[in-house]
Amino acid sequence: MKNNIRDLKIFATDIRITILKGLKGLGFGHVGGSMSMVELMAALYGECMNIDAKNPDWEDRDWYIQSKGHAGPAVYATLALKGYFPYEEIYTINQPETNLPSHCDRNKTPGIDMTTGSLGQGMSTAIGVALGNKLKSKNNYTFLLLGDGECNEGQVWEGALFAPQHKLDHLIAFIDSNKKQLDGYCKDICDLGDIRQKFEDFGWHAQEVDGHDIEEIINAIEKAKAVKEKPSMIVLDTEKGRGCTFTEGVLFNHHVKFTKEQADEAITALENYKEML
Amino acid sequence: MSIKIVNDIKPEDQEMRAVFAEVMDEMASKDERVIYFDADLMNSISMMGFSKKYPDRTFNCGIQEANMIGTAAGISAVGMIPFVHTFGCFATRRVLDQVFVSAAYAKLNIRIIGSDPGVTAAFNGGTHMPFEDMGLMRGIPEVTVMEPTDTVMLADLLRQTKDMYGVFYIRLSRKKADKVYENGSTFTIGKAITLREGKDVTIIATGIMVAEAMRAAEALQKAGISARVLNIFTLKPLDTEAVVKAAKETGAIVTAENHNIINGLGSAVAEALSENFPVPLERVGIKDLFGEVGSVGFLKKRFQLTAEDIANRAQKAISRK
Repeated sequence: MKNNIRDLKIFATDIRITILKGLKGLGFGHVGGSMSMVELMAALYGECMNIDAKNPDWEDRDWYIQSKGHAGPAVYATLALKGYFPYEEIYTINQPETNLPSHCDRNKTPGIDMTTGSLGQGMSTAIGVALGNKLKSKNNYTFLLLGDGECNEGQVWEGALFAPQHKLDHLIAFIDSNKKQLDGYCKDICDLGDIRQKFEDFGWHAQEVDGHDIEEIINAIEKAKAVKEKPSMIVLDTEKGRGCTFTEGVLFNHHVKFTKEQADEAITALENYKEML
Repeated sequence: MSIKIVNDIKPEDQEMRAVFAEVMDEMASKDERVIYFDADLMNSISMMGFSKKYPDRTFNCGIQEANMIGTAAGISAVGMIPFVHTFGCFATRRVLDQVFVSAAYAKLNIRIIGSDPGVTAAFNGGTHMPFEDMGLMRGIPEVTVMEPTDTVMLADLLRQTKDMYGVFYIRLSRKKADKVYENGSTFTIGKAITLREGKDVTIIATGIMVAEAMRAAEALQKAGISARVLNIFTLKPLDTEAVVKAAKETGAIVTAENHNIINGLGSAVAEALSENFPVPLERVGIKDLFGEVGSVGFLKKRFQLTAEDIANRAQKAISRK
């Protein structure tokens, strides 16, 4: 590891704080699914990805495609902290004429590599990027994040068949397995069963790790990079709404409304947590 | 645009799909960014030879159209130039959201070839007979919607779109077309072509209906009616200027399309006329019906897409002046 784990935990906490600062002005947003993927952001943007915030279109960069596009605030917070755009822009999320809309938009936000939001579609565009870079004999990686609820979509499974067929070993995908989709628990709506096993059965190298343990995520990415001629899936065992006082442990926490006081309380709790790291 | 029109409209020597494959080969040989995607219909469009010659740049995705459109959009993000083919019904209605979000809204760069438009789906029948494909694509912002008339136009449009950027829908009959344009003709996307001058009525036609429109104009001439014929091969962006000019100069319009009159050429022309220069309009096309099995000849009669139908509607339009 290039960084020490404490620094990455601080980065993750700053991402959570920044998400809340960004959404506080409106008092609503996709908080639950943003909070569950924060450790992945810290692992990718803090340690694993070969990127240049000053040159977001760099041809040889690693790509990050967030197929669960509604969790835009988590990636915007990460990009703001990495300096892709001025930090103050985070306060414009979903405000008129913002560059930071609810769902990720490659034409609006520096550092956003693909437009997503209609679930299942990032799977295919990520495959296209990985395929294109392979054809160009590039060695860069395409990282893809899917939601677990998103895996209800048939398109995910079309891509799951396609990627091993074409031996896309520079495609490393993640599922933010926070067990919940908009209307409740995944298992009660459209049960995914053993999602890791399913991807393995489709021909992927598939691992499952604690999605809130940055070190485990980094180690899994290193293992995935060593795999040849197969795409990789890393299932992140996560909790929806993690690390935010008003969403943790709440059943319906996909899109939530909250007061400024609730946001401030959550931010203070995170600042205190950071002090203890 | 440099156009020469044949003296006598007759079926071409080559099928449209053969020319599609030839031009794809020509483009791929000159530009290694040209990539071909198909959803298990390569044999149907004569692309098996291409796939053998360019195995690294041919992706038969299998029967999975949604992933194919998304993958093609994604590969364009790293600078490749994808051409995507499946039957028109699947290339549009099955993947409307993928074309909308992953390609058009994302401002990526793909060319979608939808084959077997309208009645040319013939014996594949109602499930495979797209009367709505151009309408669906027309409803997505910034998508260019085209229907080449014959192989000369097809080859020119393919070559042009290779070097353009955006989302293009090209509606393509795989079989022999009627030859309308002499070899060497070139076309301007978004511009109508005047095939025949006339002063009493204008017939605006697209695709397989262009030849029918020319036959209708001949028949009308014998009845003492002077019909102008326009070929509008770009449904979007529509050449509003040409439509309005025709309305002003001939006072009545007939549209002719192998497509539902709702959302197709008839609708597009009606919109242009009603906002600019309303004149009597008659729309020849599918009157909001599903397809059925049959030969193209049978289906043209069944759905009232013949030269005779066009001529009758032209007379009706004139009578409404």
